[in-house]
Amino acid sequence: MIWNNNKECMSREQMRALQGKRLHKLVEYVYHNTPFYRNKLQEMNITPDDIQTIDDITKLPFTTKQDLRDNYPFGLQAAPQSEIIRIHASSGTTGNPTIVGYTRKDIGVWSECMARCLTSFGITREDIVSVAYGYGLFTGGLGVHYGVENLGAAVVPASTGGTEKHVRLLRDLGITGVACTPSYALHLAETMEKMGITKEQIKLKVAAMGAEPWTESMRKEIEERLGLKAYNIYGLSEIMGPCVSYECSEQNGSHINEDHFYPEIIDPETLQPLSYGQQGELVFTTLTKVGMPLLRYRTRDLTTLQPGDSCSCGRTSVKMGKICGRSDDMLIIRGINVFPSQVESVILSIPECAPRFLLIVERIDNMDKLTVQVEMRAEYFAQGFDTFEPVFKLEKQVSEKLKSVLSISAKVEIKQPGTLERSEGKSKFVIDKRVLK
Amino acid sequence: MTVQQLSIFIENKSGTLVKVLQILKQAGIQLIASTIADTAEYGICRIICSEPARAYQMLKDAGVAVSLCEVFAIELNDEPGKAADAIELFAREGISIAYLYSFLLGGKGVLIFRTDNAERAREVILANKLSYIEEKDLSKFQ
Repeated sequence: MIWNNNKECMSREQMRALQGKRLHKLVEYVYHNTPFYRNKLQEMNITPDDIQTIDDITKLPFTTKQDLRDNYPFGLQAAPQSEIIRIHASSGTTGNPTIVGYTRKDIGVWSECMARCLTSFGITREDIVSVAYGYGLFTGGLGVHYGVENLGAAVVPASTGGTEKHVRLLRDLGITGVACTPSYALHLAETMEKMGITKEQIKLKVAAMGAEPWTESMRKEIEERLGLKAYNIYGLSEIMGPCVSYECSEQNGSHINEDHFYPEIIDPETLQPLSYGQQGELVFTTLTKVGMPLLRYRTRDLTTLQPGDSCSCGRTSVKMGKICGRSDDMLIIRGINVFPSQVESVILSIPECAPRFLLIVERIDNMDKLTVQVEMRAEYFAQGFDTFEPVFKLEKQVSEKLKSVLSISAKVEIKQPGTLERSEGKSKFVIDKRVLK
Repeated sequence: MTVQQLSIFIENKSGTLVKVLQILKQAGIQLIASTIADTAEYGICRIICSEPARAYQMLKDAGVAVSLCEVFAIELNDEPGKAADAIELFAREGISIAYLYSFLLGGKGVLIFRTDNAERAREVILANKLSYIEEKDLSKFQ
C-alpha cells in the first residue's frame, strides 16, 4: 500500500524538477534567515541564484555536527522562535546536546513522511500501534506517535520500560503493530515467553524497527518469535527523526522521502560525491524544513544508494542500503547515540579518577550493555581509607554522572591505578563486542 | 593500643596481589599478618608488617592505591572463648566492629580490628584493662 502516490511514485524527471525548485527556495531561505549559512555562502561567493537545479547542490557547503555544536543552541535555526512549536535534543559529542526546533509545518511534514512509512509496512486506519520508543527529548517516541495519528490508526504510547505491562496490552487490546528498536522487540519476545504468552495469543503483524543497527538474522528471529513482518525505518533528529527512509514489501533497501530529504553519498575523506552502489557517507539536505533547515548535513553513517524506480512496490524513490558503519566513533547503544568523548568529559570532571577509561559494549540476551572502566587515582585512596566505602562512593558518582550525560545506564568498574592502557587513538577507548553480521 | 595497618585496593583478578607482595619482598619487608576482604569485583588487602611507614612509601611510589591507618590491637591468651569474651565487651556498649582478623604473636593471640567509634572503643579497652600491643611490640620482627 502507498500513502502518497503522487510523491512516492513520481517520475524521476518530475522528482528532479521538484527537488531543484525546492533547493533553490531553501538556499534563498537560509541565505536570508541563517547568518551561519549566509556567511558561508558569501565566503564561497555563492548567491541563491547560482542554485537552480538539483545538480547545483554540489556547489553548496557541507554542515557537520561540529557546526551544530559551535552554534549551540539555536544558531542554525532559521525560523523565528514564535514559529517553533517543538524542540528535541540528541547527544552531542561532548556536554552540549544537539537542539532541533520544529515549526508546525515541520511537524506536518514529519507526520506525512511517517504515515508513508507505516502505510508501506501495511498499517491502516483499522490498526492499533504501540510505540515503544522512548517518549521525550529523543525523536523516536513522538515522531512515530504523530505519524500513527496522522494515518488514522490508534496509537498506544507505551514508551520504553514496563515490558510486562506492554505484553498484556498487546494481548488484551489486540495490538497489530509495534514500533521499537530491534533489541527491544527481542526483549518483548523473551518477556512473553517468561509470562507464558505465545505468539498465537497476540495479533501483532508488523514491527517498525529503527534507531540501532540490526541484521538479517535478527530480522528472521524477530519475525519468527513474534509472528510478524519486521521493517526497517531510518532517521536522525538533525534531519527530522524517524521517517527519513523506510522499507517496502521487498524488504531490500529503504526508500528515501526524497521530496523532503535529498540524499547524497560522499567519500568521507575527499568529500567528493560517489555514484550509485559505491559505499560512502550519507549526506542529507532538508529540502522543505523551516525550523532548522540544513544544507548537505554529514550523517557519518556509511551506506550505499541505489535507484528505486524499478522496485516491485511501485515507488520510484531512491533506496539506501543498510547502515554498515560510521565515519566517526559514535556508538549506538540501546538506540541512543553515545560518543566516547562524552564519557571522557565525565571522567575528566571527576578528580578522583585518572584521565583514562575503557568502554565495553556487549549484547547480552539481545540487550546492549555498556560497561565503563575507570581508574581510581592512588592519591584518592591514600587519604586514610581502609574499607570499600570510597570505592562504592566513586562508582556511584561516576555512574550517576554518566547517566545524566549519556541518558543511558552504564555499569561502572573501578580499576586499580595504572591498569588501563594509555592509548593515543580514540578507537582504543572502545571495545565493541557486539556481533552484527 | 593501636598498630599501623596498610590497606591496599586491588581488583579481584589474578596477578594483582602478587604485584603488591613483590614490592614488599624487594624492600625486605616482612608480613606479620594479612587478610583480604573482597566483593565480586574489588578487594582490599590489609597488612600488618615490619616498617609500615617505609612499606607505605614503597607502595605509593609504585603507584599502588594504598593507605596507612591506625587499627586496634589487643592481646589475648591463646585459649578457647577469649575472643568471644573480648568482643562481647564492645557489643555491650553498642560498638560495631567494621572488620577483624587475628594472628599469633609470641604464644599470644592478637586481635586486629576497626570499630565505628574509636574513642569509645578506647575507653572499653582501658576500663576492662584489656592487654594490648603497640607498634614497638612488633619491632622484634624488624
